[in-house]
Amino acid sequence: MSAPNDRNDNGGVPVPVTPAGASSGAPAEHPPSSPAGRGMFGIHGTGDVSGFGGLVRQRKPVEETPRPYGGYFDEVRDALEEAYPAFGDAIEKVVVDRGELTLHVRPERIAEVCQVMRDDLALRFELCSSVSGVDYLGADERRLHVVYQLTSMTYRRRVRLEAAVSAEHPHLPSVTAVYPTADWQERETYDMFGIVFDGHPNLTRILMPDDWEGHPQRKDYPLGGVPVEYKGAEIPPPDRRRSYQ
Amino acid sequence: MTASNYATERETTEGKVFTVTGGDWDEVVSGTDPINDERIVVNMGPQHPSTHGVLRLILELEGETVREARSVVGYLHTGIEKNLEYRNWVQGSTFVTRMDYLAPLFNETAYALAVEKLLGITDEVTERANTIRVLMMELNRISSHLVWLATTGMELGAISIMLYGFREREYILEIFEMITGLRMNHAYVRPGGVAQDVPDEAIVKIREFLTMMPKKLKEYEDLLSGQPIWTERTQNVAVLDVTACLALGVTGPVLRSAGLAWDLRKTMPYCGYETYEFDVPTHTDGDVWGRYLVRLAEIRESLKLVEQALDRLKPGPVMVADKKIAWPAQLAIGVDGMGNSLEHVAKIMGQSMESLIHHFKLVTEGFRVPPGQVYVGIESPRGELGVHAVSDGGTRPYRVHYREPSFVNLQALPAMAEGGLIADVIAGGASLDPVMGGCDR
Repeated sequence: MSAPNDRNDNGGVPVPVTPAGASSGAPAEHPPSSPAGRGMFGIHGTGDVSGFGGLVRQRKPVEETPRPYGGYFDEVRDALEEAYPAFGDAIEKVVVDRGELTLHVRPERIAEVCQVMRDDLALRFELCSSVSGVDYLGADERRLHVVYQLTSMTYRRRVRLEAAVSAEHPHLPSVTAVYPTADWQERETYDMFGIVFDGHPNLTRILMPDDWEGHPQRKDYPLGGVPVEYKGAEIPPPDRRRSYQ
Repeated sequence: MTASNYATERETTEGKVFTVTGGDWDEVVSGTDPINDERIVVNMGPQHPSTHGVLRLILELEGETVREARSVVGYLHTGIEKNLEYRNWVQGSTFVTRMDYLAPLFNETAYALAVEKLLGITDEVTERANTIRVLMMELNRISSHLVWLATTGMELGAISIMLYGFREREYILEIFEMITGLRMNHAYVRPGGVAQDVPDEAIVKIREFLTMMPKKLKEYEDLLSGQPIWTERTQNVAVLDVTACLALGVTGPVLRSAGLAWDLRKTMPYCGYETYEFDVPTHTDGDVWGRYLVRLAEIRESLKLVEQALDRLKPGPVMVADKKIAWPAQLAIGVDGMGNSLEHVAKIMGQSMESLIHHFKLVTEGFRVPPGQVYVGIESPRGELGVHAVSDGGTRPYRVHYREPSFVNLQALPAMAEGGLIADVIAGGASLDPVMGGCDR
């Protein structure tokens, strides 16, 4: 990513120094949901004459949180490290943000990690609350994320597991053998994102019709809609209205 | 080979007429599967009065016994999660409220809590706003449980309770209309607080409701609890123990009816629930009867919570103080039926250009939410309602996923139904209390 003041090709005004806030953008895995400047008025570039037209948000990678994490997060990490010999290989990074613990897991290890998380006496994550996907379009090898929210009823704790796969090879093992409740939720994630859970007993579409083409929750799948006329003015469909960077 | 091998034919004035019959396939199949004609597949739904909305069940029956059951969902999928990604964060409230239409205030509160956690303003939400949220959620829990009681009663042949349940629910919906302007789909709980303060006449009406409801509950119990048909249809029907509930992810009254006192209001409190006095009703049978008792007891606990919330309702703001998040005006219904604040319009159009700009930016562009992700779970009438919200730092949600208890709980239906009678499929399915608008989103 180039420095903000190099980026004048999109019609912006050159700025001598990096404006405040230019580096406060989303992490690299959170690209913008809408390209700036696209919108109702057909403006190319930012269309901004305020002097901030050259502002480009820098996207920092999601960084590992240094220890100690605080709360029960250290205990969970230590318990998993002790119970699971392949911890160093399977866990890519540990992130603590907004009081929530996220373990980024290598996709091929996810079922093993879930097994340990459920069975180890110091972890006891009995309930898999939620399985869903997120599409970080533009993150290539780590484009499609599967997010598991585990709940320990014994210790009243929550942990999030996150595994990233590419759109070209969207495969990872199913956790249905560990958590049967993941059955429908993995089907929904397959339906919406096209992520294939190997070993799932019946991986078919669940919300969309069986013969549907495409995976609607992917970011490159259009929302659709028709323009609506109201009192003589035409309102474009939501995905073609002006969007803010 | 002539046509007569397959069908008998006869000549008529209209021409040749063939009578097609099943041929000899009965004999062919009987060699491999002697009971082939004793198993039939019944397609129940998606349009069926006893499936709680557009749920489709495919049942393989042997006589009256269900051998296999599969549920098919998705008939009410409306793409709400996708639509959220094209609206700003505040507009999201109007979408999520339409998911589980019997518990709209839970959808909104879960969403608002997630956005507030992303913004880091959870502690800045005012006490009055939190109290109003608890008040509204508990009233909503009562109305949702009343619909459960009404529809389940009807499905099991108790028509009177259907009328009573909907009658009392209407009373709550009138309270909601006084407070939010709408009976359903309120968009009342917004990120940062609630949209409007509670009017005084609504407080009076809630007090009336609190005195009326215990008597009505007694009536319901007189009607159902000792009634032999009701007990026969519910006791030892569709049993699911704690192990099965946890494996299948079932939460809410179904889990509590099996004996585990897991209620997020107690175990992982939010909105100040830890400061209220209430019990978590449980039962140990894990059958439809237990779920009925748990839900009735939960209505009583909710009444206690509503009363406490009313008592601690002190005057104060109902929105966070941060003007970058809170909408500038307290809207009221104008003569045109639209939300307006004439005072505010006069100010921004005649006196303050800055206010006009601020209003315009906040309403059209919305506020920015720092990048990151959160998961918030609350106890809805059906179980754990979870919101996984991801922000990319912009003015719109990057991704919002709802962990809908209706969706997750419905997976338990085959476990409840298989091996039982077909009539008990209805009782078991009803006892899960699925709302298809929430299930399919």
